[in-house]
This record gives sequence, C-alpha cells and structure tokens, in this order.
Amino acid sequence: MFGGIDPALLIAALIVASVPIILAAIGELVVERAGVLNLGVEGMMIMGAVCGFITAVSTGSAFLGFVGGALGGAVLSLVFGVLTQFLLANQVATGLALTLFGLGLSSLIGQSYVGIKPPLTDAVPLGPFADIPFFGRVLFSHDWVVYLSVASVAAVWWVLRATRMGLILRAVGESHDAAHALGYKVRRIRMLAILFGGAMAGLGGAYISLVRVPQWTDGITAGAGWIALAIVVFASWRPWRALVGAYLFGGITVLQLNLQAAGSRIPVEYLSSAPYLITILVLVIMSSGRGKAALNAPASLGQNFHASR
Amino acid sequence: MRGAPYAPAQPAEARRSGVAMVFQHFSLFDALNVAENVALGMETPPPMQELSARIKAVSEEYGLPLDPSRMVGDLSAGERQRVEIIRCLLQDPKLLIMDEPTSVLTPQEVEILFQTLRQLAREGTAILYISHKLEEIRALCDEATILRRGKVVATCTPREVSAREMAELMVGATLTPPARADKPKGEVALEVAGLSVASPIPFGTSLKDIRFSVAKGEVLGIAGVAGNGQDELLLALSGELRSAPAAVRINGQEAGHLGPNTRRAAGLVAAPEERLGHAAAPDMTLTENALLSGVVRKGLTRQGFIDWGATRRFAAEIIRTFDVRTPGTEVAARALSGGNLQKFVVGRELSQTPSVIVINQPTWGVDAAAAAAIRQAILDRAAEGAAVVVISQDLDELLEISDNFAALNEGRLTAPRPVQGLSIEEIGLMMGGAHGMEVAHHGH
Repeated sequence: MFGGIDPALLIAALIVASVPIILAAIGELVVERAGVLNLGVEGMMIMGAVCGFITAVSTGSAFLGFVGGALGGAVLSLVFGVLTQFLLANQVATGLALTLFGLGLSSLIGQSYVGIKPPLTDAVPLGPFADIPFFGRVLFSHDWVVYLSVASVAAVWWVLRATRMGLILRAVGESHDAAHALGYKVRRIRMLAILFGGAMAGLGGAYISLVRVPQWTDGITAGAGWIALAIVVFASWRPWRALVGAYLFGGITVLQLNLQAAGSRIPVEYLSSAPYLITILVLVIMSSGRGKAALNAPASLGQNFHASR
Repeated sequence: MRGAPYAPAQPAEARRSGVAMVFQHFSLFDALNVAENVALGMETPPPMQELSARIKAVSEEYGLPLDPSRMVGDLSAGERQRVEIIRCLLQDPKLLIMDEPTSVLTPQEVEILFQTLRQLAREGTAILYISHKLEEIRALCDEATILRRGKVVATCTPREVSAREMAELMVGATLTPPARADKPKGEVALEVAGLSVASPIPFGTSLKDIRFSVAKGEVLGIAGVAGNGQDELLLALSGELRSAPAAVRINGQEAGHLGPNTRRAAGLVAAPEERLGHAAAPDMTLTENALLSGVVRKGLTRQGFIDWGATRRFAAEIIRTFDVRTPGTEVAARALSGGNLQKFVVGRELSQTPSVIVINQPTWGVDAAAAAAIRQAILDRAAEGAAVVVISQDLDELLEISDNFAALNEGRLTAPRPVQGLSIEEIGLMMGGAHGMEVAHHGH
C-alpha cells in the first residue's frame, strides 16, 4: 500500500484498461504490415462500440455484443478497403474521413441507447487460481476478452514470424510490385488484412462500451484509436512491443485516476494528459537510437497498388 | 510447351509447368532474408531449416555461394541475382527465362553467371536469354531471335554473324558511332577532393574520400556495379546532398555546402538516373518540368513571376533539338515513354549552356538510335568546352565516350585512368572483381 493505492487492484485495473488499445493496435499492426495505412482506427472502434452495445442490449448476450462489435468495425473497414484498394483513393485522406464518418454515424444510431445498462461480462471462472494471493487478483480474475487480447498478440506474433501466411503478408507490405510479379494476389491479401484490422478495432470498441464504461455516450472511445495508431508506429511494427506500449498507456491512465481520487496535489489537467505524453515519450525513446528500428517500417506502407505498373 | 499449346494465366501456373524466371528488376524483398525470399518464389516450400540447407547445397553445387540467413537489403547486386537464380534452380526448372541478367554485374561476375548457365544447359535445361548486349548473345547463345517494336524481324545463329549486323537488325538502320573531336583539354572545371558523405538512402552506400578532377572539354566515365554509391555521388555533385565547402569546387569556387540552385547558377547541371519522380515531376507538364531545372540558368522569371512564354519556348526547343516524340509541351511527363522522357530530361540539362555536366545512366532503357543521339549530344557539349561526368553501368558506353575512366566500388572511387589502352580485365578489377567471392568451381 502506498498513498492509499492497492498495487494488486492497480495492476488488475491497468490490464483491463489496456484491452481496447491492444486489440485495435494489433489489428492495425497487421494492416500496416500488409502495406496499408488505415488512419480510421478511431472511427472503426466507435462503430464497434455502438454496434456491440446495441447487439448486446437487444439480444441480452454480452458475447453476441462482441461479435456485433467486430462485425460493425469490419463493415466500416470494408468501405475503406473498397475505396483504397479498388478505387485507389488516397489512404491518408480516406482513413481520416473514415474516422469522421464513424464518429457521426455512431452518434446517430446510438441516440436512443444513451443511459441504458448493457448485460454484464463475467470473469472467467478459473477456480483455485483466482484464490492465489496477489496473482489471483492480478492475473486470474478477468473476463475472457482480456485473455483474448493477449492471445491475439501471441497469435499475430507467431503467424508473422513462423508461418507462410505471415511471410506472404510481410512480402506484400515490403514490395507489392515484387509480390505481384511472383503471382501473389496483393489486393486480396490487403483486403483480408484490412477486414481483420476493422474487426479487431470493433472488438476493442465494444470492450469500451460493454465492460470499461459500461454504457453508451457519444465519442466514448475518446482518442483510444489514435493512441493505438501511435503505438503501432513507435513499437516498430512488432507485436510484443505494441503490448508493452498499450500496458504502459493503460497503466498510467489508471494510475493518474487513482492519484486524482487519492487527492494528489498535482493539478488534474497534468494528470489527465500524462498517459498520452509519457506513452509517446517512452515509445519514441524505444524506437530511436537504433537505425534498424526505423527501417523496420513496411517499405510499401501507404502506397496504392495497381497491377498495370 | 512440349508440343502442347501453352498460355499460363498466372505465374503460379507457369511455375507448376516448369518455367522459372529471373527478372531484370529483381523481384526481391529487402527487409526479408535470403531463405524467406526464396520461399516466396516457390509453390510448396519445405520448412525453413530444410530450405536453408537446400539453398546452401544448391548454391555450392553451382558455384554461387550464398548465406541463407542474410538480409537481402545488405547484399550486392550480383549476390541478389544469385538469390533469384537459386530460387529458380530449387524448383528444378525445364525452361529458365532471364531478362537482361548482366546489367548489374561486373565482367568477372558475368563470367561466373555464364559458367552456371552453360552447366545448366548441359544438364538439359532450356534457357531463354533476353539481352541487348550483343557480345553476350554471341558468347552464350545457340540461336537468336531479334525483336523490333514487338515484332520478330530475324532469326540467326549468333556465332556466325557479327555484333554489328545484329545491331543493325535491332535498330533497322545503319549505325554511326559518335564522332569525337580531338582537342587539347582546358583548365580544371570540376574538382572533388576528400568528399565523404553518409548515404541518405536506406540500404544505401556512403561515399568515402572521393577525389577526382575534370577539365574543360573532358569526359570522365564512372563505372561500377549498381548500388556502389552512384546515386549518392550524383546527389553530392548536384547539391541535393551537402558536404564540406572545399570538397566540391566548381570553376575553382567552393561549392560543397551549396544547394542545387546555387550550383546551377555556378554552372553545374545534373541529370539523375530515376526519370520519373527525380528528374521529372510525373504529373506536371513538360513546360513545368522544363521550368523546374531551367529557371536559374535560362532566366525564366520576370520580377519574381514565371515567364510562361519563355518557358514554353525553352520546352519546345528541347523537344525539337532532341527529337522528343510528344504531342506537345503541355503533356504530363508521366505520359511519355521512358526513352522519350529520358531524351527530354537529358536535353533539358544539356540545353542550359552549362560548364559542368553530371549525368547518371544517360541511356538507361533508351533504344539504340536515341542512345546514340544522347551520346553525341554529350560529346558535342564537351567539344564546346564543358566538363562532363558520366556515371553509367554500361561499360561499352563509357569506353565509347569517355576520355578518362574510374570506377566506384563500395563508395570508393578508383584513381581515374585514360581510356586508351585500358583492357576489360583491368576494368573488371577496378570495379571490384567478383566482390572477393570465390569463383565458380566445376570439378564434378
């Protein structure tokens, strides 16, 4: 115990707080590794949040809510995919427009759901593990989405590193012209990556409206999508580093909330801006220095592909 | 194929029927290692460790040593080509297609490649070898088909005809080699001393203590295998890459710290290798592109405003003088064919009455007639008293137009030597031999 803050509760809370960012960041990491820059993460997250919330409320099932959230994010990413991969629209502009579109649309369809409570997402019963002192509370008393988020990081890391699918995905992001010359379907692979990124962002958004908050209000994601984007870049497109970045951000968010509650003398404005500043700062230091880290960026990132060239 | 009609719909289908291809612009991925690059070109690759072992075995069998765990971005051009060839060999091809495979190799590396190809041919692989280098065709091929503008114009047995006959079939006209006026050289116009700069390009080559001087009326040819610092040298001479003030002198004036426009004002013009995106802005018209580099020396502004009339006349003059085939001056640079755009960007620099000219790959991808015209224009400028630096990977071109010859090797420049009396072996050694790698051994 220090300053009235319980470390076990703090760590448990930071793990929960980081889930939306981990899910969105790992999805975007796959998208960027395939060479596509989708800046619409925030828009896809909030669409996931509202779709997940509405599905959960109308079916009474939190699980179906998460499925609905993933679908909502994926449908919005499909718009981005068609615009950038088939109509060759500029990826940066399309991504930004996607965020604005998602924010507006979610607020429209979520209007009659303000102030309702969603069904609960229970912790996974892990029996005796949950009773282990300290670790039981920190690690073994969470809901299934928390475990899913860590598993997805491990899965993406393994797929990118050790499987043929991951190798082809990296190849497409590295040089789409060379991949095309070897006969890989650049557009199809990128569309699948975009859909995966959308579904993961939607899942992250649904976690905010169903577990973190849990209710629906306009602009509920509050910039989490942008933080996920920054984390992908500063993590040098590596899954485990993205996990560290997300935990760092979640940790400082929870810590500053606790400090506010404990009556810290630091002004609230500084405390609430701290997570953003410190996360960016730490990740900048992590990714600077070594020249190779900067070169880790997928070489075709953000470039449109057309088979005629 | 094998008597049956053959029209593969996609590369995978061709690979399945035993066709393997080595591309002119390598289809390789810089940030992946050799084994991963090989795996991407195979239909059903074995697990990575087994694949690495097979790469090692095959590469040694054909005398092309290669480490499967190295990053492709760190390899030399010759080694990259080995990756492509080994990728093909692992699939046990019946037909191997090679598109201009020697454009990035030193003479010694070409010899290693030819030994490998002859060994493959003996083992029963058919080889389709596409090249515009006629001496190579004569040295390697049993039969040749000559294409001009997409049509078959002749077939011949290359060992029985001369390179000149084949060249005339290729171009469809008789060729006249550029005429050179023999003139005493003037005072030094461009002096480079102790030029060392780090490369701004990822996987690029830094320049190390470059020194040479070019006199008025002299043509200095700089050879070297691609990726040994050619791009960086052009950037450092054009002013896009700054260095210590005394490292570059134009007509005696310190210029290492100056940017491109101030160097143009001092008399130095430069034409980079990359036509679209570096020498010309793809979506801007020829008039606008003429303005971009000509504004300083041709005085295309009036009181700070662009003089469009004068600019259009300048662009039209380039088009006329250098026979650029285009509907007019208001056409986007992107719309021109590679050869025509090359004539335009080279012509744009040569038309500015410069005292120093730096050109990287002046005739890359240009047909033989246009290439001869560009070379003649360069020699004409030199005869008028300009100092010329030509960086090129085409040795024949350099030997044809240069007075002095030097080679870039891993960012270092050899001391310039007079072209007359230089043998092809000496040139190969100046270019770095076979990069210190063991020569093919065929003891089996």
